[in-house]
Amino acid sequence: MDIMPRWVDIIIVPLLSLFLAAFLSALLIIAIGESPIAALNLMIEGTLLRSAGWGYMLYYTTNFIFTGLAVSVAFHAALFNIGGEGQAMIGGLGVALVCLLIPWPHWTLAIVGASIGAALFGMIWAGLPAYLQAKRGSHIVITTIMFNFIAAGVLNFFLVDVLKPKGSMDPASANFPSTTHLPTFQDLASLFGFEKAFRSAPANVSFFIALLACVAVWYLIWRSPLGYEIRALGKSGPAARYAGVRPVKIIMIAMMISGALCGMMAINTTQGESERLILNFTEGAGFIGIAVALMGRSHPLGVLLAALLFGFLYQGGAELALWTKIPRELIVVIQALVILFTGALSLMVRAPLERFFMSIQKAKE
Amino acid sequence: MIDFLTLLQVLDSSLRLATPLLLVCLAGLFSERAGIFDIGLEGKLLAAAFVSAAFAAITGSVWLGLLAGILASIMLSLLHGLASITLRGDQIISGVAINFLAAGLTVVVAQDLFGQGGRTPPLKSGGRFEPINFPGATSSKEINDAGPLMQLYSELFSGHSLLVYVALLTVPLSWFILYKTRYGLRLRAVGENPAAVDTAGISVVGLRYSAVIIGGVLCGIAGAYIATSLQANFTKDMSAGRGFIALAALIFAKWRPWYALSACLLFGFFFAVDTRFQNILLPAWSLSGFLILIALGLISYVWKKDYLDKVVLGGLALGISTIAIMIVFSVWNIGANSQIKIPVVFIQSLPYVLTVVVLAGFVGKAIPPRAGGQPYVKER
Repeated sequence: MDIMPRWVDIIIVPLLSLFLAAFLSALLIIAIGESPIAALNLMIEGTLLRSAGWGYMLYYTTNFIFTGLAVSVAFHAALFNIGGEGQAMIGGLGVALVCLLIPWPHWTLAIVGASIGAALFGMIWAGLPAYLQAKRGSHIVITTIMFNFIAAGVLNFFLVDVLKPKGSMDPASANFPSTTHLPTFQDLASLFGFEKAFRSAPANVSFFIALLACVAVWYLIWRSPLGYEIRALGKSGPAARYAGVRPVKIIMIAMMISGALCGMMAINTTQGESERLILNFTEGAGFIGIAVALMGRSHPLGVLLAALLFGFLYQGGAELALWTKIPRELIVVIQALVILFTGALSLMVRAPLERFFMSIQKAKE
Repeated sequence: MIDFLTLLQVLDSSLRLATPLLLVCLAGLFSERAGIFDIGLEGKLLAAAFVSAAFAAITGSVWLGLLAGILASIMLSLLHGLASITLRGDQIISGVAINFLAAGLTVVVAQDLFGQGGRTPPLKSGGRFEPINFPGATSSKEINDAGPLMQLYSELFSGHSLLVYVALLTVPLSWFILYKTRYGLRLRAVGENPAAVDTAGISVVGLRYSAVIIGGVLCGIAGAYIATSLQANFTKDMSAGRGFIALAALIFAKWRPWYALSACLLFGFFFAVDTRFQNILLPAWSLSGFLILIALGLISYVWKKDYLDKVVLGGLALGISTIAIMIVFSVWNIGANSQIKIPVVFIQSLPYVLTVVVLAGFVGKAIPPRAGGQPYVKER
């Protein structure tokens, strides 16, 4: 029963939700005593009109693509992976171990090794809650939340008691060897003679891996038999079972892919940016993945666009905090409103639209 | 060995740290018993903490602060109700949104009001809940010389803020409401089988709203407690995951009020131990023996299970035995009486690990209310 044309569902509903979130945020900015128009100008100036701004934006975007895709894959199997944060932390541990323990001759090899390490560690960390859901019926939302906290403990333990170099006070691992350094956008631009572009911005080649991941997830979900089974299980458990889909297997696979994607976020943050393992490197990106997946309607293209939007918001928010008295946390509010309108209150956004299109249909008849 | 007074002091601080957990846990209990999952407990706690501290700082009255905190928490509860009851949206997503909303708004508003980087100014007396000293209790200076009973009375029972006693009284009250009143019966029914409640002519929507509002009140008290009693101001993200720990305690307690009290006291005890003792030493050999026992237990459990069980639980057993072997390896040269330092983070992670074990159903299976998480749609 499609009441609305498909394009309304895909384009208008998310945009309307975004507009509502932006409108409420604008009211908040007015309440603080700043001008929303000036704030938006500042955000655009600091993000889109400077190459370094793009460099920061795409750095954030890379994280959000990974976590957004991860939440999307789980959503397709009707699973809510709220544990992206923990999976990314453990993925970071994987990256650090791979980069520190193996003497890589060149970054092209190191990035392959680090990706495998990150994905494997993230996969294991998502696999346990998946197993508990599939075989023991423990609610995946609760277990993944618990695993976030346990992951924070594990990361803390490794940084303080294992990986911290002797004599260092910082809870951080040693610096990775220089052969694992991923070329940043600045390095790439210098190759083509633009030395001044993307100066000191953290965006690096892992952005392209994120784009590849988008394509891979699209292929997986819409073009592969496995993706078909994942979607079938997500749409209707009993129907999928009747068609011969094994729920235990699909829950495990979907969650492990999800965990692997979250873990791979750490290539960008840990190998690409900090070049050592630090505490709190995830900076809530695992949770932003939820907003990105909801906004992007769990489609890789939507996730890419939503991740760009959130990348813009994060870099723009940093600019606002620098130049105005609007704190960075405003972005968290916007993020909350986006999740609220695209996720929990979606009926509120959709119902008036549905009524509008019903009346058009009636008028036609 | 630790002496009696030290033990009392640890128990005393366990009680204080358990209080917000207990209130939030009971808030979750009401909500989830009515069939509404509440991931947003953390957000409500944080919002209430900020609003109560801000009101107490501005007006100088802790009571106005408490009231405002409760109101703020109820507002978020109503938002959750609107999203998940009226609009039949996803309860988990709504809760996640509420957590972010609170995390962001508290700092934005605090920065605007007080300009101290997302904090409120320290609360003066009158803006805080002061400890209540029971009659005849000795002061902290003379407690070393008092007898053990007097120490117990003065250290553990006396000297808490009013809200600690309120929280403790909430447990029998919740038990009474849930199990001894008609309202409680209906509330539990609506979480198990809303259609049956609806058929009996009782409003499912009304019951569920009342449950989330009760949850809002309890979260509000808990928020006021952490900002005006446990500490004397609001700081950014001061709820520090307590909402989630309370959620863990709720599962640990299998959605029952008295169990909730013991679960929260246990988790509070972990935190008290963690803050009091920097180095926790355990005998290394017994510890690794214990770990090997767990691993053996897991292996014997999966012996006749299928492939997936073998891989996952066998892998887990392998990991646990590796840790045990590493412990033995690290103390090999020291001898049989060697002790090993337990990393602080392990104690901090213990509540979550225990909750996962309970959720997994290996030790006392936790079964949530049956209609939890599903919006109720009337049949037409």
